Amino acid sequence: MSGGDALIEARGVTRVLQEAVPVTLVRDVDIIVGKGEFVSVTGPSGSGKSSLLYLLGLLDVPTAGRVFIDGEDTTGFDADRLAAIRLRKIGFVFQFHFLLPEFSVLRNVMLPMQRLNRAGDKEMTERSHQLLEELEIADQAKKRPDQLSGGQRQRVAIARALANDPALILADEPTGNLDSKNSQIVQEIFAKLVRDEGRTVIAVTHEPGFAEATERNIHLVDGRIDQGVTR
Amino acid sequence: MFWQVAFSIAAAQLTYRRRQTVVSMLGVALGVGFFIAASAVMSGSEKDLVRQLVENAPHITIKDEFRTAAKQPVYIAYPDAAVSLENTKPREYLRGIKNYGAIVDELSKQAGMVAEAALTGQAIIRYASKDVGASIAGIDPEKERLLTTVEEDMREGSLMRLKTSSQGIVIGQGMSDRLGLRMDDLATVVSPTGLVRRMKVVGIFRTGNLLLDEGQVYMLLKDAQVLLEKPFIANRIRIKVGNPDDAEDVAARIESRWGYRSESWQEVNRDFLGLFVTRNIITYSIVSAIMVVASFGIFNIISTIVMEKRRDIAILISMGFRAFDVQVIFLVQGIVVGLLGMAMGWCIGYILLEMLASVQITIPGMTEKQGIALERGIFQYGMGGLFAVLSAVGAAWYPARKASQVRPVDIIRGAA
Repeated sequence: MSGGDALIEARGVTRVLQEAVPVTLVRDVDIIVGKGEFVSVTGPSGSGKSSLLYLLGLLDVPTAGRVFIDGEDTTGFDADRLAAIRLRKIGFVFQFHFLLPEFSVLRNVMLPMQRLNRAGDKEMTERSHQLLEELEIADQAKKRPDQLSGGQRQRVAIARALANDPALILADEPTGNLDSKNSQIVQEIFAKLVRDEGRTVIAVTHEPGFAEATERNIHLVDGRIDQGVTR
Repeated sequence: MFWQVAFSIAAAQLTYRRRQTVVSMLGVALGVGFFIAASAVMSGSEKDLVRQLVENAPHITIKDEFRTAAKQPVYIAYPDAAVSLENTKPREYLRGIKNYGAIVDELSKQAGMVAEAALTGQAIIRYASKDVGASIAGIDPEKERLLTTVEEDMREGSLMRLKTSSQGIVIGQGMSDRLGLRMDDLATVVSPTGLVRRMKVVGIFRTGNLLLDEGQVYMLLKDAQVLLEKPFIANRIRIKVGNPDDAEDVAARIESRWGYRSESWQEVNRDFLGLFVTRNIITYSIVSAIMVVASFGIFNIISTIVMEKRRDIAILISMGFRAFDVQVIFLVQGIVVGLLGMAMGWCIGYILLEMLASVQITIPGMTEKQGIALERGIFQYGMGGLFAVLSAVGAAWYPARKASQVRPVDIIRGAA
């Protein structure tokens, strides 16, 4: 099933938290997301939306099943190899911006590039500026995160997620902390990334409006895909 | 550059908590500073004392005694026999080193070695109806100059004048003051057997050592032999060897060759040298304790930063930083604190040494004020620095490891 235009694929993925009473977060999920798709993940709280996203983003490792990215089976990869894949191929946006408070907006966007070390300092600065410009916050480049509004910070976080030009953007409640106007802006940014740049965006959300705007929706209940609502 | 990122993140986090960084840095700096000062004083005084022991006195003294009492001939003839002699005591012998001239000649032929026959004894110096007990040393002035530092300590006259004037003595400043005995005065010297001679003061020395300055009298060997009524006898052969460290071996060789008890300066001062070991252990344990406390400071600040920065660590890991990268970021912080503390500690150490160098103290038993002997070498600074960096790395290791084990999912889930 992998191959073709599939960018990320989950095959029978299950994640069980081993505690005093084992908790199953995600149960036997099969998903294939192709390049250029805009997918929303919805479901009631505790349904395993975020857990699934972390599994797809290689932040967490399934207890059973396999995750393929670009047709590559990541089962058994050690933490460093997973980190290397995240660095190149995946950008995360969370509900909270998680910008480093000590660094300027520009430096925050540059961090993933500096870690990957693909280009020289000048090119990295230029690309960061360019990203901030695309997200219309270039004028804030020299400020520190705490001098920005919530919506601006989230746009900086998106710029940082795009830093290494990843094919896959994973967003966990990206609008959860924003007012409706900023939510709208962030949604449009994601839509544009899919439409104009051919990136794949998978976003966890509990906002019906957001989910409706995406071309595809995966609905989770109790860690399983609810086939009735999923489209 | 990964290292550039690691350094910039480390630097940013340290400057963010500037006060705590400075405090933990000061801890390291004090540790390094006191290490340098304590180490300089300790090894300085040790070296100074050893130098004095080596320079001021002969390296080896052959005495007219034997290490063990003489055996009865029957024990020597039948070493394994079951013989027991009752009511015998060791053989009596004439005190003095037999044929000392030959021994001195033979030793003097060896490279770098100076040997001098001497006769020591007791006498009373009487002047203006005052008596002072004195240790007499009959010596050879030319060799004495090479053996000890008395010649350098001469205030008036010289040892060499013993040779040019008849019946001369050289006394200490203390004795001169007590008796009112000055240069060229004639003193009465009374031997234990009652022999009385009039002798002329041809030199006055001042070593700073009370015992010597008040009680030591030098004269020619032949004058001492006459005074003590021991003609043609010497009871000491005093030796200086080329390398002071060889003294122990040379002494052992001499003793096995001629049988006389030969004491090297190491043997005579064994207590002193043993004391240094104890003293060094005490000093360095205290200084190490300071460093340990300082490294707790580093541990504290890095642990705090790691605790506070769990979110940042989580985002770095989700971005694609490896566990090792995160560990490096926090280790670097520890090392930076260690290095800055080291640099500051060097300054503190330097200032402490400057202060110590300006202090003058009176050591008990000495008449003059002295500076504190300091060993001011690169070694102290190097060791202090090494300690600082090692303890910083050690202290940062655990929190840095903790940081690298942060599971981003837990943090991000917790924050949401």
